[in-house]
Amino acid sequence: MAKTHTIETQAIGQNGGSTALLIYLVLGVAFGIVLTKSEVLSWFRIQEMFRFQSFRMYGIIGSAIVSAALSVAFIKRLHLRSFSGESISIPPKQLGHGVRYAVGGTIFGLGWALTGACPGPLFALIGNGVSVMITAVLSALFGTWVYGLLRARLPN
Amino acid sequence: MTSWFSGPWPWYVAGPIIGLFVPALLLVGNRVFGVSSNLRHLCSAFAPGGLEYFRYDWKKTGLWNLIFLSGIVIGGFLAAHSGTSHDIAISAQTKLALTKLGIHDFSGVAPHEIFNWHALLTLRGFVSVILGGFLVGFGTAYAGGCTSGHAISGLADFQLPSLIAVLGFFAGGLAATYFILPLLF
Repeated sequence: MAKTHTIETQAIGQNGGSTALLIYLVLGVAFGIVLTKSEVLSWFRIQEMFRFQSFRMYGIIGSAIVSAALSVAFIKRLHLRSFSGESISIPPKQLGHGVRYAVGGTIFGLGWALTGACPGPLFALIGNGVSVMITAVLSALFGTWVYGLLRARLPN
Repeated sequence: MTSWFSGPWPWYVAGPIIGLFVPALLLVGNRVFGVSSNLRHLCSAFAPGGLEYFRYDWKKTGLWNLIFLSGIVIGGFLAAHSGTSHDIAISAQTKLALTKLGIHDFSGVAPHEIFNWHALLTLRGFVSVILGGFLVGFGTAYAGGCTSGHAISGLADFQLPSLIAVLGFFAGGLAATYFILPLLF
């Protein structure tokens, strides 16, 4: 009995308990609001970006990277720990031959321009009432599944 | 305050806020901001076939992110139902280019002519929604991340793989915009 209890506590602990889960929900809601109010979920804005006809999207992505980079540098400099007590680290991506990033990235880019949405916006669009995007999400799940199927045969 | 919530936010407000999701998630539970992992978690939870790529404890690694994801849907709903709806104020050149492609309805966040259930059976609807969605899912899984995981989290941590991925995102996006869209419309 005691053993089961320990395992359960560990499983919950990995996600940080129900308070942390509630914080993730609140952050998700905030992100959905930002994606909508910034209009980055709009097919029109994505077209404007890929046609280099407005600075807006570049300003958003660029300043997002700057604010994230400054915060990460600050966290590292001060050796801050998470609220759950872990030391904070972003696991490095393995470069390998780099093929997966170049090819996978290009394939995703094709989908990004066609749907006008990356994964976050796909879900925010469903909330916005563009219900047909449910099909795009199902299709994306199938795409991820097919990757899982072919993974061993694809160059890294 | 009311005008802040009813209208779109300027880039210099929206961008820095988006970036702050990286430290927020790190501080809450040492979690890395990245939305596309959820597609893998959902496959791990529901997909048949028992593929090795999906055999892991999705609750342990991904429950937090799936909850974050459901928040995105709710947040999208709340934001869309607050304030007045208006057309996306894209530049005149973009509007002209899209009109030439055959888009006439500029209301809403995405063109109704393509993104509605009836249009799924047309070539451009099928390619935009179904093929586009498939490429998003396959590409992010292969590249190991999307705009949030690579372009924001990865570049903010100066990771070379993320830079290669982001260059790929743009190469693909430009190819679709200039070579595929003109064939579809």
